[in-house]
Amino acid sequence: MSIAPIVRTVQVKASPARAFELFATRMADWWPKGRTVGKNPHVAIVAEPRAGGRWFERDAEGQETPWGQVLAWEPPSRLLLGWQLNATFAYDPDFLTEVELTFAPVDGGGTLVTLEHRDLERFGADAARFAEQLGAGWPGFLANFAQFSDSQKFADTQT
Amino acid sequence: MTYASAALEAFGALGDPTRRAIFERLAAGPSAVGALAEAMPVSRPAVSQHLRVLKEAGLVTEIPDGARRIYRLDPRGIAAMRDWLDAHWTAALDAFKDFADEETDTETSANRETPE
Repeated sequence: MSIAPIVRTVQVKASPARAFELFATRMADWWPKGRTVGKNPHVAIVAEPRAGGRWFERDAEGQETPWGQVLAWEPPSRLLLGWQLNATFAYDPDFLTEVELTFAPVDGGGTLVTLEHRDLERFGADAARFAEQLGAGWPGFLANFAQFSDSQKFADTQT
Repeated sequence: MTYASAALEAFGALGDPTRRAIFERLAAGPSAVGALAEAMPVSRPAVSQHLRVLKEAGLVTEIPDGARRIYRLDPRGIAAMRDWLDAHWTAALDAFKDFADEETDTETSANRETPE
């Protein structure tokens, strides 16, 4: 089962190089509050600037909670992150979905930032492990997920 | 409660390892409080408390069975969690744009005030 990726775009005034820098190295400054997985509020969100680097949040006491890893660090045009929070939002080193950011210059200045979160069927596979255990229970679980993913209108821009 | 906040609540409820363990046990099949408590190193009142949080987050629901109550996963809560990623990236990119444009405006006006 393949599921259409989530694709979102946003245009910013900064150049691609600056947009990349702000996105990748100032995450804690813009990441929506409360949308993190650590036990305590985050004070830092770090994507280490190299392929193979870690991607994690850190709280005020220095406790780190992993989110995944950096798969490609290619300023000014591309950042590829590995999202390793599974269907129950727990970090799982054996689970990985890709989040790709591209930064493209726009005529007249500014940058078009495109985010694609793909391999979503792996959430389905993870969820299917639950579903298998359920037997007849939890009807429509995977169908709901496929429907939600396919309903993303922006996904059409990928084809 | 909005859809997004429901998903966020579900997200937070599963941040606790004991609650996640209870949730995963219920994913394997409906269960009564007593059976859950027997299978886990947690007291029965603690299990009840965790179930209450999971129920408020829309992740589990209860079915009366005579004098006892059986808990099972609430499929509506799971659907809300599926939507979390979608809502998350929309909010995150909006927040990024606000932040990046503010930074750019600040840099631009600073350059204007101190021309080279």
